[in-house]
Amino acid sequence: MGYKTIIEDDIDVLVVGAGLGGTGAAFEARYWGKDKKIVIAEKANIDRSGAVAQGLYAINCYMGTRWGENNPEDHVRYARMDLMGMVREDLAFDMARHVDSAVHQFEDWGLPLMKNPETGAYLREGRWQIMIHGESYKPIVAEAAKKSADKVFNRICVTHLLMDDAKENRVAGAVGFNVRTGNYHVFKSKTVICGAGGASNIFKPRSVGEGAGRVWYAPWSSGSAYGLMIDAGAKMTQMENRIVLARFKDGYGPVGAYFLHLKTYTQNCLGEEYESKWFPALTEMVGKEYLDTEGQHLSHKPIPTCLRNHAFISEVNAGRGPIHMVTMEAFQDPHLEEIGWHNFLGMTVGQAVLWAATDVDPKYENPELTTSEPYVMGSHATGCGAWCSGPEDVSPDEYFWGYNRMTSVEGLFGAGDAVGGTPHAFSSGSFTEGRLAAKAACQYIDDGKAKGIRVSEQQIENRKKEIYKPMETYTVGRNEIVGGSVNPNYINPRQGLDRLQKMMDEYCGGFGVNYMTNEKLLQIGLKKMKIFEEDLEKVAAEDIHELLRAWELKHRFRTSESVFQHTLFRKETRWPGYYYRGDAMKLDDENWHVLTVSHRDRKTGEYTMEKAPCYHLVGENEE
Amino acid sequence: MPTFVYMTRCDGCGQCVDICPSDIMHIDKTLRRAYNIEPNMCWECYSCVKACPHQAIDVRGYADFAPLGHSVRVLRDEEKGTIAWRIKFRNGKKDMELLAPITTKPWGEFIPQLADEPVPSKEMRDSHLLYNEPKYIRLDEGGLHTLESNGLTLKAGVYY
Repeated sequence: MGYKTIIEDDIDVLVVGAGLGGTGAAFEARYWGKDKKIVIAEKANIDRSGAVAQGLYAINCYMGTRWGENNPEDHVRYARMDLMGMVREDLAFDMARHVDSAVHQFEDWGLPLMKNPETGAYLREGRWQIMIHGESYKPIVAEAAKKSADKVFNRICVTHLLMDDAKENRVAGAVGFNVRTGNYHVFKSKTVICGAGGASNIFKPRSVGEGAGRVWYAPWSSGSAYGLMIDAGAKMTQMENRIVLARFKDGYGPVGAYFLHLKTYTQNCLGEEYESKWFPALTEMVGKEYLDTEGQHLSHKPIPTCLRNHAFISEVNAGRGPIHMVTMEAFQDPHLEEIGWHNFLGMTVGQAVLWAATDVDPKYENPELTTSEPYVMGSHATGCGAWCSGPEDVSPDEYFWGYNRMTSVEGLFGAGDAVGGTPHAFSSGSFTEGRLAAKAACQYIDDGKAKGIRVSEQQIENRKKEIYKPMETYTVGRNEIVGGSVNPNYINPRQGLDRLQKMMDEYCGGFGVNYMTNEKLLQIGLKKMKIFEEDLEKVAAEDIHELLRAWELKHRFRTSESVFQHTLFRKETRWPGYYYRGDAMKLDDENWHVLTVSHRDRKTGEYTMEKAPCYHLVGENEE
Repeated sequence: MPTFVYMTRCDGCGQCVDICPSDIMHIDKTLRRAYNIEPNMCWECYSCVKACPHQAIDVRGYADFAPLGHSVRVLRDEEKGTIAWRIKFRNGKKDMELLAPITTKPWGEFIPQLADEPVPSKEMRDSHLLYNEPKYIRLDEGGLHTLESNGLTLKAGVYY
C-alpha cells in the first residue's frame, strides 16, 4: 500500500479528540507543562468538531457561587437525584467546584453570555443553566486549544491507542490515519487524554433513509472514546445507563429553554396534563425514595428525567398521543417567540428547517414531541464512561489511584463523555474535566511515571496492517462480482451499521420495542454480536472515507458490546423511561445500589463484571 | 438532504471540505465543485453553509419528513461578530429575520497564551487549583471548595 508512515515522537500530552473535553485539556496542559509537547489528534477540524460543533444556546452547568446561587454539593445532589442515585459523587463534586472558573474565562474570551439586566448576573434559564449566544462556542474554545498546543493534527481518525511494550497496562500513544491523504500516523506519547466522544447511531434511529443523520447527538459521535479505551483494557462504568430524550418530533430540537425559560409545558392529545397520573404506579416501581410526589411537591425537587420519559411513553402507549408542547401561550410574547427560534438556530438548526418546511408556527400550533432512540454518552442526563480516579482530597479509597481522571490504564486519562459516572457536566463541565485531566497528566509525567516506555516496531506494523485491512478486503472481494454492493465475502460500513442498530434496537431496548429487554433477549443479542464481530473482520472500504466509516463502526460495535454486558449484569430496572428489564421491573436498592464496572480482557475478549460501592455526599438538607 | 451545493455559485475552493465535522463535503473530481457525498450522515449543522464564501451551499430538509419549499439561510460574519438568519415557511406566511452576536471581542485576541504566563509555584502544583484559580471561581477572595470547607463527607450505601 502506498501510504506513508508519519511518526510524531516525544509527545508528553496527546489529546485524542478535541471537542469540549479535549480543547479544555489542550488549553490547560500548557500552563502546567510549559516545556511539554502537547499534540492534538482530531477526526474533523477542531474549529467545528465534537458535539458542540453547531453551537449551543445555553451552558447547562454553571453553579453561580459568585452570585450566591449554588454550591458544588447542590449540583451533586441534583445529578444524583436525576440519575436515580447512580453518580460518582467525588468526580461530580470536583467538576462542580471548578466549572465556574471555566465559564468566567469563556466570557473573557468573547463568548456572549446573556445577563440579567437587574442583577448583572448571568441570565438563568433554570437553576443550573445560563443562556448564551453560543453559535461560535466551539471556534472560540478551539482558539484557546490552538494557542496552547504545539501541533494540531486535523482529520486524523485515531483507531487504536498504543500500549507500552515495556510495562503492562500502560499507554504509549495512539495510531490512526489521515482521512484526506490516507497516511498512517503514529503518535508516541507519555500520556493520552481521551476526549473522543459519546455514541449516536448505535441504536436504530426513528428517522429513516436520508434523515438517519438527524440524530439527537451528532452523527459523528461514534463512541470512539469507549471503543479506544475498552480496546486498551480500561475499565468502564455505568455503560447500561443509556439516555432517551423527549424532544420535538423529527427535528430533535432542544426543549430545555422551552420548559425552563419560556415556561411551556406538555399535554396529551386531549389537552390534559398526563404526567402525574402515572406517578403512583411509578412510585411502586422505584420506591418513594426516588419519587415521592407529595414530598417532591414540598421540596420542589424536579422529577428525574427518566421518570418523566416513563410517563410520556406510558401515555402514548395508552393511546393518548401525541404529546404536545404547549407553545401557543408563551409565543404570543414576541420577545419569547424570538428566543424560541434563536434557541434552535443556535444549536439545532434542523428543527427550524423542519418547522419552516411543515409550516409549524408555534405561535398558532402546539408542536409534537417524541421520545428518541437511546444514546450512550456521559455528560448529559446519563453517565456512561470509563472508571476513572477522582481527586485525592475528595475521593474514597475505592475511587482513587493516584491521578485525577486517570482510567484504570496507566497514563490514559478521560475527559467529557469519556469519563463515567459524571452526568450533567455538559459543555462547561466537559471542558473542566479536560482541564483537570491535563493537570493530572502533567503531574504523572513530572512524577516519573512515564519513564521507560517502549513501543515495538511490531506493534506499529501490526496496527498499520489492521487499519488498512478493510481496503484490502474491498480490493480482493470487489473483483469477484460484476458490481453493486452485494458481496458474499464482505459488508460495507453502512450495511454493518444497519445491522448493529437493528440488534441494539431489538435486543438491547431500543425505541422499536418500547425500550424493553430482558436476560433472554440480551443473551441472544450477545450471541449475534459475537458473530457480527467476526463479520467486522470482513468489513470493506472502497476509499479512505469509507475506511473512516469502517473504524467508526468498529468503535460503535465495541461500545455496544459493553452496553449489552452492563445491561445484562444489572438485574433491575433502575431508570424506567431509559430502558426496562422486563424480568426485573423494579428498582432494587438492596442488591443494586452500586456502580457497575466492567473489564474486557485485551487478549481473550472476555468481560468481567463487578459491583463498586456507591458513595454519597451526606447532608441531605440544602442550605 | 441536508446540504446541497448550487452549481453556478461553487468555485471548488474547498472551505466546506475543510470544515465539515462529518467528512461528507467532498469535491467532485469531474465538475471540480463540492457536494454532499453522504446525506444520511449530515446533521444539518450548517458548518459548511456558514463557511462558504459564495453562499453556494444550502439545506433542503430531510426527505423522510420535511416537505419541499422552505428556506433557512444564514450569513456569519466574524469581523462584525454577528450571525444573521432568514427563515421562510413553505406556505409563505412566515418570513423571519433574526440576528445574534457570535462574539463580544475581536476574534481570538483575548484568549491568553498560557506559555507566557508565569510558571506555577510548587504550592500551586500541589494544590487542586487550575489556571486562574482560585480567583476565577468566584471572582472574590474565596478559595476552592473542599469537603471540609463545605462540611461534607462521603459515605457508602444509600443516601436516604
